[in-house]
Amino acid sequence: MKPVVHYSAIEGRSIAYWGLLGTFGLFLLLGLGAVWVMEHNGHYVTGMNNQVIWGLPHVFAVFMIIAASGILNVASIASVFGKKMYKPLSRLSALMAVAFLAGGLMVLMLDLGRPDRLVIAATYLNPKSVFAWNILLYPGFFGAVAVYIWFMMERRMNKYSHQIGLFAFVWRLLLTTGTGSIFGFVVARNGYDASILAPMFIIMSFGFGLAIYILSLMATCRWTGRELGDSVLRQLKNLLGVFIAAMFYFIFVFHLTSLYGTENHGFENFILADGGMFTQLFWIGWVLIGLVLPIAIVYHPSMSKSRTWIGIASAMVIIGGLASMYVIIIGGQVYPMPLFPGFEVSSSFGDGTIASYSPSIWELGLGIGGIALALAMTTFAIKVLPFIPNSLSDELMDPHYKPAEDVVEADAAETNAA
Amino acid sequence: MSEQKIDQYRRDFFTKATTAAATGAIAPGVMLMSVGQAQARPLDEPVSNKNRWGLLVDSNKCSDGCNACVTACETENGWGSGSTDEQKSDPDQKAQWIRTVTLKNKLTGSEHQLPMMCQHCEEPPCTDVCPTGASFKRADGIVLVDKHICIGCRYCMMACPYKARSFIHEELNDQSPDVPRGKGTVESCTLCVHKIDRGDGTTACAEACKKDGHQAIMFGDLNDPNSEISITMKKHATTQIRADLNLNTGVRYRGI
Repeated sequence: MKPVVHYSAIEGRSIAYWGLLGTFGLFLLLGLGAVWVMEHNGHYVTGMNNQVIWGLPHVFAVFMIIAASGILNVASIASVFGKKMYKPLSRLSALMAVAFLAGGLMVLMLDLGRPDRLVIAATYLNPKSVFAWNILLYPGFFGAVAVYIWFMMERRMNKYSHQIGLFAFVWRLLLTTGTGSIFGFVVARNGYDASILAPMFIIMSFGFGLAIYILSLMATCRWTGRELGDSVLRQLKNLLGVFIAAMFYFIFVFHLTSLYGTENHGFENFILADGGMFTQLFWIGWVLIGLVLPIAIVYHPSMSKSRTWIGIASAMVIIGGLASMYVIIIGGQVYPMPLFPGFEVSSSFGDGTIASYSPSIWELGLGIGGIALALAMTTFAIKVLPFIPNSLSDELMDPHYKPAEDVVEADAAETNAA
Repeated sequence: MSEQKIDQYRRDFFTKATTAAATGAIAPGVMLMSVGQAQARPLDEPVSNKNRWGLLVDSNKCSDGCNACVTACETENGWGSGSTDEQKSDPDQKAQWIRTVTLKNKLTGSEHQLPMMCQHCEEPPCTDVCPTGASFKRADGIVLVDKHICIGCRYCMMACPYKARSFIHEELNDQSPDVPRGKGTVESCTLCVHKIDRGDGTTACAEACKKDGHQAIMFGDLNDPNSEISITMKKHATTQIRADLNLNTGVRYRGI
């Protein structure tokens, strides 16, 4: 008889556990302190200005919001696409999806000019605003995933988890489309006005979400002494490789399309060749660290077998993801808008010049505070509810599991089949 | 029969005479009211789309180095030099409702300048993207921000193709009573809505430009075919900035 996967809450009594939770709590507090400074004084203490309207907090917030929907993908693979191996991974996936959305929204909301008027955002909705659509999509995501978690944990509701999983999957696609469209629908700016941004954000969410999930799963299993099978990790890292390749494709098409039109040559030249820090962030941060190196690692014959390297590749995808958000969000704003084609323009309001932006410590604090909230929520939740399987050994997880001596042959067979 | 006829004449005479006398007595008032109504709407009457207020900027008349429109706007609306506020904000963070932009033709090298402000679009991207509806367009075409429901998300600033909006980065204390502003909200040119509503029939920038003898900015009702602005626009070629976006701006230019 095939062994059954059991879940349990982690013990969470060690000094290390409380130390970890305390560290996240401290960063969260520091983040809230940064908010206090920003809101008490006004945004003049930040690096943001009337040219760079959305700064580092948006880089963190958008990254976390799209990553949140991507983290849920692991659960979707089990419930929507019927891959049994992913089922034991689903609960943590859904939990972290909620946690990262909460963290991202915290950053987004607390960076508002008037966060005290948050209730107005819910009571006055302009139906034509993409932002307003998102304001409806966020609570819908929380609700759908909360019910999903309940159905997965409650034995009597297990049979409906496929349906709610499917609903949550569709909802997350809408959510990321909404996030991408916040930028994609801005017709005024060369760096944004592209409908490809919505599907590109979906693909990026797959990559960022899975990278965050792999790192969190490895850390959780290691620190709680639960087994994580090689085959499980191998499948996850192979999937990460596919997502990185897909991200690469979308970025390539995005810039190729943009390069074809002469009107965008100035902007493309700025990002790809002549933009100083933005060019470096694009090529070194996004392309090299975020795409080329991790894909090389996850498909490298020997490195790909090392857990350390898989962890490093995942961390690289996350760093590349933050770099990509910086290039898209800030880079799209610092480049001047094309008001008078054929003219060199200048004014007291930065017309015709590349705007400057240097993020302040407060913005960084708020961004890190959001990540700390997500991680603190996850750390706390796995102590109070059974999110983590007792074991994720290959024997339990992999339907094609073979004893150790057959592994090489099994690998070869799998490769041939693929 | 003849007596009856005379009575009829008398009656007609009195009726006509009374009407004429009444008209004579009331007419000046009626005339005054009708002239005034074109500009000043009674406070209990809603704004209507009978008017579409706009500006025509003739950049040929805009004098190099002149900043009179900007200074007048600052004074009228209480920003920049017109207020003691925004001392902590750096120059990139300070509000600018109107600015002069210098254009140099890349091919010919010729230079000229023009004022840029909110273009009061008929289809404003800022109102489309505003999540709460704080950015709105009045029936008479003026695009405004309701400072009571602006949450400071700055999405309108991202969407505005003219970079016409500013975010307030600090506490304000020295505001004009006619012009509400506030920390954490977004603002832009109001087309001197308070002046229009009280019947001044012009904006601070147009007034200052006229006073300085340039007459580069003309204010008027684009919906009134007999207004000076409509007549001028009918006679001369005018352009919209970023006409490709098809926003039907209320601010038009000559000489770009």
